[in-house]
Amino acid sequence: MGGQAAGPVPRDEHDHALWEKRIDALLVLCGEKGLMSVHGLRRALEDMGEDAFESMSYYERWIAAVNQNLVEAGTYSLQELGTKMDEIARRGPTYGEAQSGVGPTGGPHG
Amino acid sequence: MPHDHPSHSHDGTSPSGHPYRADNDTPLTYWQRMEIAVRELLVEKGLLTPEEIARQIDAMDARSPARGAAVVARAWTDPGFKARLLKDAPAACREAGVDIGPLNLMVVENTPHEHNLVVCTLCSCYPRDLLGLPPDWYKTRAYRSRAVIEPRAVLREFGVDLPESVQLRVHDSTADMRYIVLPARPEGTDGMTADALAALVTRDAMIGTGLPHRP
Amino acid sequence: MAEHVRVKPLMPPGHVRTPAYLRGKTGVIERALGAFPNPEQRAYRLEAEDQPLYRVRFTMAEIWGDAAETPTDTVDAEIYGHWLERL
Repeated sequence: MGGQAAGPVPRDEHDHALWEKRIDALLVLCGEKGLMSVHGLRRALEDMGEDAFESMSYYERWIAAVNQNLVEAGTYSLQELGTKMDEIARRGPTYGEAQSGVGPTGGPHG
Repeated sequence: MPHDHPSHSHDGTSPSGHPYRADNDTPLTYWQRMEIAVRELLVEKGLLTPEEIARQIDAMDARSPARGAAVVARAWTDPGFKARLLKDAPAACREAGVDIGPLNLMVVENTPHEHNLVVCTLCSCYPRDLLGLPPDWYKTRAYRSRAVIEPRAVLREFGVDLPESVQLRVHDSTADMRYIVLPARPEGTDGMTADALAALVTRDAMIGTGLPHRP
Repeated sequence: MAEHVRVKPLMPPGHVRTPAYLRGKTGVIERALGAFPNPEQRAYRLEAEDQPLYRVRFTMAEIWGDAAETPTDTVDAEIYGHWLERL
């Protein structure tokens, strides 16, 4: 990466969306609990290759990498993941509707 | 700076003044489904709780450049503290009552002859536990690739024009250290309080892509 | 007297925290940082040995040659000891 030709640095900034903050939190907490490490995250990000940089956003790449690490660690099975993702899709068409299946009040951070 | 929980605000601009990503109403994406799934599986398996996740989000939200600015202002007003900060930044932050967790912080000082710039070419390492999350531009390919080959051109894009007499030191945080720049104290700030000085210190000044405001 | 070191010119695939643009380049040790678990092992869930870590300072002239924007500007990077050859 260092030294490669590139255009001007894009300067627009956005606040992080809730789903992105959740991914950030998952990484920190999974690291603290020994379920994965930031090193595994970086390795999985690198393995996704240059194409992922073009087609996926920063936190999309992160959740893919977090998931990769957790699957490798046997934290959950691909069956469980697939079943869950399917069920979530049926909750509704927007993130707001799909976001909470568990949590004390189904509230914003649960 | 206190603000509402982001999920409660759906107008165009967030408390920090940036465009708000109102994604709660946008179509659910594959990767958002994955985030929900991973989070819920971890909770169902008893590995995380929703409360822990909420607490971590709040903790990250509470971290902002203001924390770094307070450390800089103290270094500007207290030469002994500044020396300790440059020698052992984590210990000095603890002394100042700023909790930086496990951050291996190193502070690099701007002088009349030296300007410092921080980048992570390999990913986007940033002193998050002190300053909060990094700006989007810090994570771009353009910044990460150009900061180590044409840093002065990058700085000019940010409005910083370094004279040739000033040496530029670029710090690539490739491993376990995280860096902030201790900017030079602006002229005309004698007698200002630490709080007033801290207000001059911008996030970009602590990354090296900016200079502190003048009073 | 700052110690001169060269970054090994190896180019293995996989998770390595020595940037490609510094491979084979010569710099000076700016300071030793202590030892940290080897990220090349941690990344693959292997038991990681602590490796000494150094801040190494390179001039832009050394890294980029004639293409250097300002030859006397520097890049400081943290490089693990097993990637360095003493000169």
